[in-house]
Amino acid sequence: MSRIDVRKTYKLYIGGQFPRSESGRSYVVNDARGKLLANAAQASRKDARDAVVAARAAFGGWSGRTAYNRAQVVYRIAEVLEGRREQFEAEIRASEGVSPAKARAAVDAAIDRLVWYAGWADKITQVVGNANPVAGPYFNLSTPEPSGVIAVVAPRGPLLGLVSVVAPLVVTGNTVVVIASEDHPLPAITLGEVMATSDLPGGVVNVLTGSQAEIAPWLASHMDVNGIDLTGVEDAELATELEVAAADNLKRVRRPAPDTDWLAEPGLDRMTQFLETKTVWHPIGV
Amino acid sequence: MSNVFEYAPAPESRAVVDIKPSYGLFINGEFTDGRGTSFKTVNPATEEVLAEVAEASDTDVDEAVKAARRAYTRVWSRMSGAERAKYLYRIARIIQERGRELAVLESIDNGKPIKESRDVDVPIVAAHFFYYAGWADKLKYAGYGETPLGVAGQVIPWNFPLLMLAWKIAPALACGNTVVLKPAETTPLTALLFAEICQQADLPPGVVNIVTGAGDTGRAIVSHPDVDKVAFTGSTEVGKAIARAVAGSDKKVTLELGGKAANIVFDDAPLDQAVEGIVNGIFFNQGHVCCAGSRLLVQESVADEVMARLKRRMATLRVGDPLDKNTDVGAINSAEQLAKIRELSEIGEAEGAERWSAPCELPANGYWFAPTVFTGVSQAHRIAREEIFGPVLSVLTFRTPSEAVEKANNTPFGLSAGVWTDKGSRILSMANRLRAGVVWANTFNKFDPTSPFGGYKESGYGREGGRHGLEGYLKPITTGGDR
Repeated sequence: MSRIDVRKTYKLYIGGQFPRSESGRSYVVNDARGKLLANAAQASRKDARDAVVAARAAFGGWSGRTAYNRAQVVYRIAEVLEGRREQFEAEIRASEGVSPAKARAAVDAAIDRLVWYAGWADKITQVVGNANPVAGPYFNLSTPEPSGVIAVVAPRGPLLGLVSVVAPLVVTGNTVVVIASEDHPLPAITLGEVMATSDLPGGVVNVLTGSQAEIAPWLASHMDVNGIDLTGVEDAELATELEVAAADNLKRVRRPAPDTDWLAEPGLDRMTQFLETKTVWHPIGV
Repeated sequence: MSNVFEYAPAPESRAVVDIKPSYGLFINGEFTDGRGTSFKTVNPATEEVLAEVAEASDTDVDEAVKAARRAYTRVWSRMSGAERAKYLYRIARIIQERGRELAVLESIDNGKPIKESRDVDVPIVAAHFFYYAGWADKLKYAGYGETPLGVAGQVIPWNFPLLMLAWKIAPALACGNTVVLKPAETTPLTALLFAEICQQADLPPGVVNIVTGAGDTGRAIVSHPDVDKVAFTGSTEVGKAIARAVAGSDKKVTLELGGKAANIVFDDAPLDQAVEGIVNGIFFNQGHVCCAGSRLLVQESVADEVMARLKRRMATLRVGDPLDKNTDVGAINSAEQLAKIRELSEIGEAEGAERWSAPCELPANGYWFAPTVFTGVSQAHRIAREEIFGPVLSVLTFRTPSEAVEKANNTPFGLSAGVWTDKGSRILSMANRLRAGVVWANTFNKFDPTSPFGGYKESGYGREGGRHGLEGYLKPITTGGDR
């Protein structure tokens, strides 16, 4: 008699914990052939708000760490992901129905992307900051700082897409509430397990699974969220609604990017869009 | 107390300016009548009507956008950066040549003291054009790409009419965009004089279009489908309306909005310098400054001494005729703004804060408000939370640096902040922890074309000034496979 395998319960990832949705709801996630993979947690408004609280609580500590330290933590995520690559390849194949080679390429790219962004932590300030030669006896320096708590609607591409939108925010010191791909949420939760074991402080990344159309509006209108990345919003009307809601507290908004090629090398814009520039003046004198 | 600083009047002559009885719109290099109604602009120091100014209708705005588009496709986007630069240098030079005229006109229309318009506004305006002129042929080194956006719609406020025009137009043109700019309805005159300067510089028609009007004209610009970029400086409320209006479009937006800056004075600060900084922070330009240091956070141990010195200093401020070279504080820009300042001050008293105003005689006509300070202010008071945009200072106290940071950051705004202390490490620590786009340490209200300016949180987004100021006027470099 063959062994009965132990299935995993896919829950949310909030504040470093893996809670079920407080709503008690779940939704069916099928594989590419329509066979049941799991019941994923269907996050509610309350879960979204809890995730924002966790992200806000984590912001001071995370943004206050040295850039070198953030680099090491993000690099560590890549290391742990590398060690669990078979699991991710299997999950991607199951959920998207892609070939083993394609699944492997996606995992490779996701790991490499984390390594690429890890290196930016202590360089972005030098690249986008400035010493400003003002016309007077003043020391004047502009440096980038993270915007704060950023809500992200992740694109399809359950691992690579997710890593590509989350890593640039985390490495620059923002904290994140991300809504995973609605159709393929499972690798996102498994990535949560990777992050939870990579010295990433709880609350820096919070992963919600469920209905984009249900959860995103609560995050877009949340007054303690500083920015929203709409990359994964495919419904143009919903994207406009979210951008309108985001104006309530003037969130920084990144508009949807439906045709992104996630295998291409990213530029700086996913980092700089959620960075503020702080300029400090001080008189020069004796 | 008797005024120990008696000065004879030293009025700057008005003869240098020639204000016409009426003004039209500046579209496609020419002044036109406009199809809408007109409105009056007044001298806020006397309530004298200065001129009738055309109010641009939707059709006028459309015509201006069309002119800007034509100039963009046919001329400006095709011109080399080096040639664009030369036009901007010309403009900078003409501003310097006509500096006195611009300063006097600015003070007449806005109410700000001549020593400020002459020594701060106009020189920085010229410097701003000079600075961005030099970028026009060096964009490839700046890191933001070299492709302009197209037509920029720009809406600016009344507190620094000409300076805000420079902050908008200079980077836009340097990057190869053309502009439709709306000055504020209470201060249109220097923008219209700037239009004349564009003519003198032989700037190609349509590169700069100036449409005067109020909110409706601004809305027409912001929502015009052929505008690629919206740049706005003004209230947070209007900024939010703009953010909603452009949702779902491809328009790029920069917003420079309100503030409620904390000016933090520690017990080891050089107090006389700090008092000068407090005065400059809140009474410069009648407090009509988005980054004004409108919340004084003073360490409890020196609060009494700072307040005594501050009141003594405030009593020496000369409030009155903006054209008098001795004037420190000029007129409130409009009756509407004066009403708002009075209302919030009354609310401050009603909520239990203690009000003190500098003893000074205010002119009989015009809009005036004596420099005022409120003590015993709590964080919940409206005068500690809302932008008053006038010469009104709210004073709170703190005991520890952490408490100062907590209170300073306890606001939806995040435009600027000030720190006064003799301890270098404390300055840097405070500067790190304050959530604001500009931090002035042992100084306040300093501006420079090379220095990026703009806010965190509800103070808006995007930066103006410096290399960073180019980003808002260039197409993002295509990356990450975004197609």
